[in-house]
Amino acid sequence: MANWITIDGNEAAARVAHAISEVIAIYPITPSTPMGELADAWSAQGKPNLLGTVPTVIEMQSEGGAAGAIHGALQTGALTTTFTASQGLLLMIPNMFKIAGELSPTVFHVAARAVASHALSIFGDHADVMAARPTGFALLSSHSVQEAQDLAVIAHAATLAARIPFLHFFDGFRTSHEIDKIVPVSDETLRSMIDDHLIFAHRERSLSPEHPTIRGTAQNPDVYFQGREAANAYYAACPGIVQVTMDRFAALTGRHYHLFDYEGSPDAERVIVIMGSGAITATETAQHLAQHGEKVGVLRVHLFHPFASERFIAALPPTVRAIAVLDRTKEPGSVGEPCYLEVVAALHEDRARGGALGTQVTSVIGGRYGLGSKEFTPAMVKAVYEEMAQPQPKAHFTVGIIDDVTHLSLAYDPTFTIESPATVRCIFWGLGSDGTVGANKNSIKIIGEETPNYAQGYFVYDSKKSGSITVSHLRFGPQPIAAPYLIEHADFIACHHATFLNTYDVVDPIAPNGVLLLNTPFGPDAIWEHLPARVQQIITERNARLYVIDAGKVAHATGMSGRINTVMQTCFFAVSGALPRAEAIAAIKHSIAKTYGKRGEAVVQRNFAAVDQTLAHLAEVDVAASRARQTTPTMQRLVPLVAAIAPAFVRDVLGVMIAGKGDTLPISALPVDGTYPIGTAKWEKRDIGTELPVWDPAICIQCGKCTMVCPHAVIRMKVYDEADLTNAPATFQSTAAHFTEFPDKRYSLQVSPQDCTSCSLCVAACPVKDKTQVGRKALNMAPIDPLRAAEQHNWEFFTALPEMDPATLSRASIKNVQLLEPLFEFSGACSGCGETPYIKLVTQLFGDHMVVANATGCSSIYGGNLPTTPWTANRDGRGPAWANSLFEDNAEFGLGMRVTLDQQRDFARELLQRLRGQLDAPLVEALLGTEQTTPAGIKAQREQVATLKERLAPLTTASDAAIANAARQLLSIADTLVRRSVWIIGGDGWAYDIGFGGLDHVLASGKNVNILVLDTEVYSNTGGQASKATPLGAVAKFAARGKAQGKKDLAQIAMSYGHVYVAQLAMGASDMQTQRAIQEAEAFDGPSLLIAYSHCIAHGIDMTKGLTQQRLAVQSGEWLLFRYDPARAATGQPPLVLDAKAPSVPLEAYAENETRFRMLRQSDEAHADELMDAAREAVQTRWQHYQQLAMVAPTPQEN
Amino acid sequence: MPDLSTTYLGMQLRAPLVASASPLSKRVDTVKRLAAAGAGAVFLYSLFEEQITHDSLELDHYLSYGSHSYAESLSYFPDLEHYNIGPASYLDHIRRLKDAVDIPIIGSLNGVSSGGWVEYAARMQEAGADAVELNIYYIPTDVQTDGATLEATYVELVRDVCAQVTIPIAVKLSPYFTALPAFCQRIVAAGASGLVLFNRFYQPDLDLERLEVVPRIDLSTSQDLRLPLRWIALLYGRLRADLALTSGVHTAQDALKGLMAGANVTMLASRLIIAGPDALAELLSEIHIWLVEHEYESITQLRGSMSQRAVADPAAFERANYMKALNSFDASPT
Repeated sequence: MANWITIDGNEAAARVAHAISEVIAIYPITPSTPMGELADAWSAQGKPNLLGTVPTVIEMQSEGGAAGAIHGALQTGALTTTFTASQGLLLMIPNMFKIAGELSPTVFHVAARAVASHALSIFGDHADVMAARPTGFALLSSHSVQEAQDLAVIAHAATLAARIPFLHFFDGFRTSHEIDKIVPVSDETLRSMIDDHLIFAHRERSLSPEHPTIRGTAQNPDVYFQGREAANAYYAACPGIVQVTMDRFAALTGRHYHLFDYEGSPDAERVIVIMGSGAITATETAQHLAQHGEKVGVLRVHLFHPFASERFIAALPPTVRAIAVLDRTKEPGSVGEPCYLEVVAALHEDRARGGALGTQVTSVIGGRYGLGSKEFTPAMVKAVYEEMAQPQPKAHFTVGIIDDVTHLSLAYDPTFTIESPATVRCIFWGLGSDGTVGANKNSIKIIGEETPNYAQGYFVYDSKKSGSITVSHLRFGPQPIAAPYLIEHADFIACHHATFLNTYDVVDPIAPNGVLLLNTPFGPDAIWEHLPARVQQIITERNARLYVIDAGKVAHATGMSGRINTVMQTCFFAVSGALPRAEAIAAIKHSIAKTYGKRGEAVVQRNFAAVDQTLAHLAEVDVAASRARQTTPTMQRLVPLVAAIAPAFVRDVLGVMIAGKGDTLPISALPVDGTYPIGTAKWEKRDIGTELPVWDPAICIQCGKCTMVCPHAVIRMKVYDEADLTNAPATFQSTAAHFTEFPDKRYSLQVSPQDCTSCSLCVAACPVKDKTQVGRKALNMAPIDPLRAAEQHNWEFFTALPEMDPATLSRASIKNVQLLEPLFEFSGACSGCGETPYIKLVTQLFGDHMVVANATGCSSIYGGNLPTTPWTANRDGRGPAWANSLFEDNAEFGLGMRVTLDQQRDFARELLQRLRGQLDAPLVEALLGTEQTTPAGIKAQREQVATLKERLAPLTTASDAAIANAARQLLSIADTLVRRSVWIIGGDGWAYDIGFGGLDHVLASGKNVNILVLDTEVYSNTGGQASKATPLGAVAKFAARGKAQGKKDLAQIAMSYGHVYVAQLAMGASDMQTQRAIQEAEAFDGPSLLIAYSHCIAHGIDMTKGLTQQRLAVQSGEWLLFRYDPARAATGQPPLVLDAKAPSVPLEAYAENETRFRMLRQSDEAHADELMDAAREAVQTRWQHYQQLAMVAPTPQEN
Repeated sequence: MPDLSTTYLGMQLRAPLVASASPLSKRVDTVKRLAAAGAGAVFLYSLFEEQITHDSLELDHYLSYGSHSYAESLSYFPDLEHYNIGPASYLDHIRRLKDAVDIPIIGSLNGVSSGGWVEYAARMQEAGADAVELNIYYIPTDVQTDGATLEATYVELVRDVCAQVTIPIAVKLSPYFTALPAFCQRIVAAGASGLVLFNRFYQPDLDLERLEVVPRIDLSTSQDLRLPLRWIALLYGRLRADLALTSGVHTAQDALKGLMAGANVTMLASRLIIAGPDALAELLSEIHIWLVEHEYESITQLRGSMSQRAVADPAAFERANYMKALNSFDASPT
């Protein structure tokens, strides 16, 4: 057993990289982030490399920074590495050219991922790697978890010998996150693979004042070209060096790799050329087909660059007639994709040399597959072979999708399967919050490391951060498992929440005689009647065995409410037979002790109790008896996930994605340029709440605080006429409105039960307490089930009530603003998210004239991850127009919008002047002069623009060409005469780190943009890595010993310009200050920077206490509230106004409520004390400093 | 030169001032300062079994919360190499303190399960504690639980712990027992070598503006001395156990009163929190001066000299005390 480990591809590569490196520069990006996290954790634990020293791991501000640090480390002689993917790799490219040009040996490990184009994708393909082709890095491809480890070794060894830097890549998610049982490489092997004299040589080439050299010169036309060619010999030698290295590795381990590995029929006529995990699928399929007499094979490419043409030709079977090259990337406009082009060129050159193969191969076709982690299955491989057999195969094709537009796709038989019957295949449906994935990862390790079986685990996640569904795919069996694709026919299916059966095709993949395990409150004698008819039918037809357990009940009884993972894991082992029961239970307990032991005995004991109590509650259902007993029919159809009244695109396209069947959508269904409609989240009813806030109108003071803080815009208030209550549902609640402006109106507060996540922030924000029972508020959480139907009816009635006219409403108070329609609703953000309330508030205030530039991160995911978006329009069809560019460029992206809108507005004003004679002068004057600082002004301008358009229409055909042309021009940009508010939104990772340079420039530009920084003080979206916003003393990934440096004072940097409006906000501490700052920022004619404290799941807090933590952050001085308005300086007043009092509670009162601070104390109390002492001092110093700043009133500047 | 030494739980202490359980004992350097200031012994802050369980479950909850839900963020925190969840860090602390100072180190324990009390007391002994203080308190909120049941539980617990450990056990009690002397007698009979009188509960308060129940942590004042003073005076000489007075010892006079009432040691926490560990040296110096000025030879000489048994008017410690005060008030001129 000791010769095997069960790990994922990221860990496989990172173990090697850490062992052979001295300096590691990192930056988080999916799916490579875990490699950096592991390396950082190992160094933090003092794990040495093979030289016996602990590598230095340093987090940089961007991948560009990481590459720069790597470059510098190489110059000074370090063994160095980094980990990245996708956009991160693109940012490294400039340095990669340099590193390669200087023949500096290093290895970049890349979990290959799609590059953002029409859309961002975090998933796997080779677009990033292929973008790095011209850098001069060698490109080495691993196809499996085992190879991710082995070729990592080969890459590190070969780079030292070849002096050419290596980019070692494997498929993002499919390999990086797949857990496999692999043979670990031993320290002895590593030591044998790395030649000390090559390390010494590398060091000897480094910069040293002892023997100084100069590198990085600028060269003139006389020699640059020759210099560029000077390293040719190294590239020529590289393939040979790699092969020698592979041979040496084989001698040490028995695992023999080649630059090109051929598998399949020895006399194959049809050969697929491919790299990445798809190569494993292709190989497995080719072997299967060859066994059935097909003359097919696969040439797996390991060393893609430098492309060794002759070795490629030599690796092909001599009988080959047709080749299909499969690329996991798309290069629009190219004759073919990169590997295809290399193959075509190699064959051409072979032919030119008189080689037999070059002449003999009559067909070379190229296909794309698997983009953005699209599944690539044996059925698709078979389709490619079939296409190659056609007399006129498609020269360029796709496989895995339905191309009904350009008809490039190949049809395939989805029922074709080659999976070994000896392999047990299991699918688990769970919720992210129930621990299913974690338990399955444990199960895979148990099977892999405690039994002789091979094991594989792969996990599919939701795009939502709250109420997310997970699907785990586990295989195990006595034979090696080479199936890098999802399970299509399962021997075992576990459904951890029986409600999934009503909405998803959970049971469809079950194999004949398979096992279905259900977590349900219904016992073995009662469950059958509660199964959908379709599920009953499948169980019956396939003779499936059915087991049930009330896991929630067992978990509750053992003090593990909500976390059913241990219970379901025990059931899996009990039912699946992966291990004898007693052994399985012992193994589970061993795993529990190993996993949770350091978290304390209580956790271990509760999990043990859950294991012990599970089997007594697990029961098999007598299906035959149940069927015989059933007298009443059950539900026949799955519940539709999207209402029938939804718009066609939502119903027919987005609805298919929501149902988990997006793979079936043809190309024609999708927009050609990535443009999607907004207002779609309201059609995705997820029903994830378990409780609802219930309103008590009798004590409600109608303050609006609840609606303001609701992260999901599910609780809303309206003021309306008495007459509107006609036809109100019987349970709809209404009371007299307490608004000065609306003395005779009615008021209602209503919750959308299908959208509420039960976060209870609204209750936390409610300031009212029942005078007879102070524990009650005007909002109180109550179980949702008894309320759901009535409240849904009430919600529908409520939404049909008229909206307030935004132009007529005073916006001086919270409660008035909360009468405005939010244009950001029902996001999939974490339940209780601290970011979304700020965004929602901005949309309420300015949504109908907003353009949004959104940095990549949490806000771009809950804002723009398909299938739906929370950004929406008002009843006039107006709303925020939103776009995401990248992570690093968001400020510049927004500035481009601003400059354009200003340019077009100015041009429109010029055209108005030119057409003054043809238009009504008063209209022109009005259009040029209307003050648009108020909603009423904007509304008036819109009406004037509408009139203008009417007047322009006939002018576009005027006989005077100049007039007609001006009219046409003006017509197309007339809308820009209406005020446009540009909002630049992103997190602290963007603003403080990767995008800081751009943000700084935009602030300096003086342009009128509003920048909203949602400051969670950590990289939330990638899982909690430290940013420069992370506070002193907080534990974060890459700051495992607590952040030793203070948080960057971004506000003060911005204030130093003097012309930037700057404010720090914390809605939970002062909602009025938040609202005022946002309104002032919008009103300020120049750049505004709003830094908003956003509590976050990554703080390790009870999210229902998020607002309390915001208040404590301010009261303790950890977070300052202030507004810096340059306009005040112009009048001689201090521009800085402090909106908070001096720190009044100890810093600990805030910090001790958060795991990020507390866990350091629980790990190293003395160090935690040191950092807390320093943090306390910093808080006082900062407060005193700001207090002084707030007293400074500069002399007004003239002009 | 008066002798300031005393005995407590069978140990010879160099001085009758002892640091009571408080956060001051969390740091080795602070304990060193206490020892340097002349403390006779140091009672460590309490190890709360309930807190250990809570910390363990809480840490697990937040490290797991939100994990494995979303592809880009499969976790939110680094997996630290170890956590000081459980008694390990407390026990390590005992070991460190035993190495650092040469005065007795007394562990303090508050358990919730019967197994927990016994296990943790035994582990404190293993770690080198010179004695263990059982900090027993239970707020009876169940109307079905009567005093006899509750007292029996206390006694049983003391008996269980004393049966498992060989080092002396002191029991810290609250004053809220119907017949305190009889109950103390039962505790001593169950094996306790000493009594610590009294525990001061943190009493919740009501915030009238926010309509919330809020915890109030008030440091003691010299006014708080009189309750334990009375009961020490009453119990002195009646029990085969040592007595420690805690609550309200802020001055040398407070300490002297406690000793003269019958305490083997007087314990300080609030005073040290306010004035720092070095204040203990000042108090000792003042005690020394007082003894010299009043021509006492030793602490032993004065100990119990003003207990109920020793004073001229024993009834002064009983209900008559109130009556006398009332009468005095009535007799005063208006």
